[in-house]
Amino acid sequence: MGNNLDALTTVFTEFYYWVTVVFMFLIHVGFCLYEVAASRRRNHLHTLMKNTMVIPLVTVTFFFFGWWIYFAFPNGPWIFEGKGIDFAAAEGARPWDDNMGTNLSDRINGVFWAAFLLFSWTAASIVSGAVIERIRSGAFWLLAVLIGSGTWIIDAAWGWHWDGWMVKLLGYHDAYASGVIHAIAGGFALGVLVVLGPRLGKFRPDGTARDIPPHNTWLVTLGLFLIYTGFWGFYAACNVPIISPEGIGGQITGETWTATNIYLAPTTLSAITFNFLMSLSGGLMVAFMVSKGDPFWTYSGGLAGVICASAGNDLYHPIQSMLIGGVGAWFAYKAHFWVERKFKIDDAVGAVAVHGYAGFLGLIICGFMLWGQPSSPYEGYATINPLGMFIGAIIMFGVLGFVPAFIASKILDGFGMLRIPRKVELEGLDFEEEEAYRDALDEVREAEKAMVA
Amino acid sequence: MSTNGMESWAVDLKDVGAVYPFSGSEGLLYIAGLAFWIIWHVVQLRQEAAEVHHEMDMDASGDKARAAIDRY
Repeated sequence: MGNNLDALTTVFTEFYYWVTVVFMFLIHVGFCLYEVAASRRRNHLHTLMKNTMVIPLVTVTFFFFGWWIYFAFPNGPWIFEGKGIDFAAAEGARPWDDNMGTNLSDRINGVFWAAFLLFSWTAASIVSGAVIERIRSGAFWLLAVLIGSGTWIIDAAWGWHWDGWMVKLLGYHDAYASGVIHAIAGGFALGVLVVLGPRLGKFRPDGTARDIPPHNTWLVTLGLFLIYTGFWGFYAACNVPIISPEGIGGQITGETWTATNIYLAPTTLSAITFNFLMSLSGGLMVAFMVSKGDPFWTYSGGLAGVICASAGNDLYHPIQSMLIGGVGAWFAYKAHFWVERKFKIDDAVGAVAVHGYAGFLGLIICGFMLWGQPSSPYEGYATINPLGMFIGAIIMFGVLGFVPAFIASKILDGFGMLRIPRKVELEGLDFEEEEAYRDALDEVREAEKAMVA
Repeated sequence: MSTNGMESWAVDLKDVGAVYPFSGSEGLLYIAGLAFWIIWHVVQLRQEAAEVHHEMDMDASGDKARAAIDRY
């Protein structure tokens, strides 16, 4: 810190990211509530623990290697101008570097790491809901690490980094992660589901789908409300809160300090506040209409609305955001049931649709809406364009989402590690615990009765 | 040509105002937004009327309604 202004800026930024992390924690709380509510009573405990253990497993692996990947892989490696792994840029992100701990000359690394880490939890948690009631927890946790500390952070290095090759070559723009979190997680979930198969009883003998309703609609809605709340932190965490023109390599002239998106291009907290609320509203309104007031899909549609508009929510007009949010909710709802009917995919919480399809569509829309706008303040970068955004959507949903999940699931399935046995699925994952619980209650009751004189 | 007129961010930000796409078409956007809102109410009112009509046709004997009251 060179002077008091630098000190103030640094400490403000440190605190800013710290607050976003606390808010984002609510996303995980929301996902846990929502997932448990969507599962049947006989699977509650395992469902809860499956998602809860994402927290420590993704955290330690993100510390061990995930954070390093972000700085080492912006060029592919070997995708952009033949440049390999950027070992120099990634110094400081290795677990043994001295700024990966208490260090008075670096106050940002830990909170910045945590902001990215919370995105990692979200990516894994999105997948968690889709596969409930039949996946082995051990298999899911390996898959969670694969996306949480592997594929998502590769996509962040490629398309959510001021120096990422997708930004430079394709003009990729994804300010609030329609693709880099949501499309990849949706694609990943789909890759697992294709191998995992549907829950027993999901489809009738004639192939039509049965509804397996959430056991507790209240808890679903509470979970989704918490996800909305955490999403505020997520949005704020996607911004650099304050930076001087010199901090952006002198590309921006003058003396006006600004907030920027992750690409260091100017935006404002005001803009994203308008657009978050308007896209949420557009999504809720259309989802209510298209689902005829179904609470589960109305709430999910609100989320799909935000996700669809997120790629360009740093720059859209609020009414544009609202309309894009509405389109995203409509598309997610229709695509979910079409895929379910056509391909017999049992996505228990609609995660592939809400995150994957809405995120994918959001990238395409962004390509048209922001066509020709600079993707970066730096010279020589491609401008935002529909083709680049379409290729980006394929990379996020397919190349880094669906494909690795499909391959990893096939391997796990080959070893008999992916799905629980039929008998266990029918009696419920918590069968043993439930029986022990009932036995304990019976024993205590009998003992207490015997004590009555 | 860019949808917000910005060709580069190498500018002095004190000289830059609105940067949303299709700046200048706010009037049309406003009309589209109003239409969206009004259409939502029309569709919702129709859907609710159909739902109420459907519920009126259900359970002519009242047995299920009495059971529902007991559950409440």
